[in-house]
Amino acid sequence: MSARILQVLDRTGLEAFAPFVRLFRGDDRQEQFRKLFMNFGAPSIAFLLFLGAWSIASQSIMTKYGNLPSPTEVWQQAVVLWDAHLAGLAAETQFYADQAIKAAEFSAAADVFSSRGDAVMAEKMSSSAATALAAKYAASPSYITQILTSLKTVFAGFLIASLIAIPIGVLCGTSELVQAALNPLIQIFKPVSPLAWLPIVMICVGALYTTKPDEAWFEKSFISSALTVALCSLWPTLANTALGVASIDKDHLNVAKVLKLDTWTRIRKIIIPSALPMMFAGLRISLGVGWMVLIAAEMLAQNPGLGKFVWDMFQNGSSETLAQIMVAVFTIGIVGMALDRTMVILQRSVSYSETNA
Amino acid sequence: MSVLELKNVSKSFGSGGGTTEVLRSVDLSLDEGEFVAVVGFSGSGKSTLVNLLSGLLFPNRGEVLFKGEKNVAAGPDRGVVFQNYSLLPWLSVYENIRLAVDQVFADQSVQERDQRVRHYVDMVSLTPAMAKKPHELSGGMRQRVSLARTLAMSPDVLLMDEPLGALDALTRAVLQDEIAKIWEQEKKTVLLVTNDVDEAILLADRIVPLKPGPSATLGKHFSVQLPRPRDRTALNHDAGFKELRNNVVNYLNTVRKESKTAQLEARQKPLPELPQLKPADLRAQ
Repeated sequence: MSARILQVLDRTGLEAFAPFVRLFRGDDRQEQFRKLFMNFGAPSIAFLLFLGAWSIASQSIMTKYGNLPSPTEVWQQAVVLWDAHLAGLAAETQFYADQAIKAAEFSAAADVFSSRGDAVMAEKMSSSAATALAAKYAASPSYITQILTSLKTVFAGFLIASLIAIPIGVLCGTSELVQAALNPLIQIFKPVSPLAWLPIVMICVGALYTTKPDEAWFEKSFISSALTVALCSLWPTLANTALGVASIDKDHLNVAKVLKLDTWTRIRKIIIPSALPMMFAGLRISLGVGWMVLIAAEMLAQNPGLGKFVWDMFQNGSSETLAQIMVAVFTIGIVGMALDRTMVILQRSVSYSETNA
Repeated sequence: MSVLELKNVSKSFGSGGGTTEVLRSVDLSLDEGEFVAVVGFSGSGKSTLVNLLSGLLFPNRGEVLFKGEKNVAAGPDRGVVFQNYSLLPWLSVYENIRLAVDQVFADQSVQERDQRVRHYVDMVSLTPAMAKKPHELSGGMRQRVSLARTLAMSPDVLLMDEPLGALDALTRAVLQDEIAKIWEQEKKTVLLVTNDVDEAILLADRIVPLKPGPSATLGKHFSVQLPRPRDRTALNHDAGFKELRNNVVNYLNTVRKESKTAQLEARQKPLPELPQLKPADLRAQ
């Protein structure tokens, strides 16, 4: 039982909690306490020291908007943002409830008119009912909505990047010719900053994505942010996939030859599974890069999301908004860490033991 | 009738000044249903020989004839048991064999293919480990999987490249008996490459020594007339076995010494005689 829990903890990247299980099982106590201190005690002390240094700094740094926000002020603003989100949700539910009542009243009136034989008024009333039902709640997005928008954008960009990078990486890894042909292009584009891509992407999206706003599946800003993320984050996946495919065990390729596997089966059954751990290591870096790029892109392009939130708060320029920017900093960090941990779990689930197999 | 034949085959690697010739003018013919063992020292080009026979490599000179056809690319009709097992680490025992069976017997029904995989897993006594991944198996078990995978392809010729080389002596003995038993059942044409003379005598109809490289060639053939099934404990006291064993070992030692002296002589060539020249002589011209 305890072995099973330990295995699950290891798979899910939560091995920091393993000492609790081992302690409960009765393994070497001193060793487990030492590990617990390393996993939880030491990080807590470091965090407290950080909070202390921050408090001192916030008292001594004077900005034109007042003091640099202290940890308590930042925490208060986090609560304010959360309450605002809840209030927004409540207002939205209320709005739709009110609209539903209005629509019901209109349609009741329409029934009355039609029973009296006044077709014109009945028509007018039922169209008013439809309008009331179709009305959309409009308010500036809450902080949580901004986070969700950012997450949606980063995943879209990451997906586009993966769809481009993995096939090209496999091609580069299998064919020396493709590798030689594409290498200079890759080397040139890899170090380009997202801020340089952004204007080009925005102009191209503006020129090519001409669907009317009310018919479009996606907003333009969403597409240009996602594409910028994709352009900047595809390189690690591309490089790692190519390396993983190129360094595949020659014996495994010999197996493919003896079995006379056709190209597609060879890629599917031998090359991809063998390169998968390397590929996932690349995807993990890509997602991290994508998340960093996204914040910058949103800030610069005023696309909805966390980056825009940070910029707006900076423009508002008050002590509270400065604290809200700090909330955003922590949010960005924690979300980034969560994304990274998710990728670690995925990476572990696809890696196989290589030992003499 | 010979199934697989090497005719005056030479193989070298590299080009220009860095060329190394591994095999030179090798002639070898495998008859239908014959068990041939190639015995040689490590580094003498045994793996290259197997790769040429299997069609994974092609000769620089000479030709490889498989069922009368010249230089055919590798395929499942020539099954190879690789030295380092070459199992796919992300697939289970069953899936590794299934991959081969699915490829070779694509026209059979799913049940037939499943049956086939189970039959060969059972043949190498691995049914209890069918769902395990290669890294969970011992070296001997992995080599059994590799053997089962190759046998399940039902090849015309079975090529084994030092299949037991990485195993301990006890596991080796068990697997040798298993290979002998399977050969009795399936009667395939087999070529076994090994560095173990006892193993060669125990299993083969014919032993072919590979002279040490570079530029290795095959030595004289030894026919093994011992009756089958051969029992390893009884063989140890058999006069015919002892004599054959001595002959093969002596022959190998002699060719090794010859090759060493030949290499030494090649290295110690006397310097060419240079004319006695002095600067003054140059100026005079």
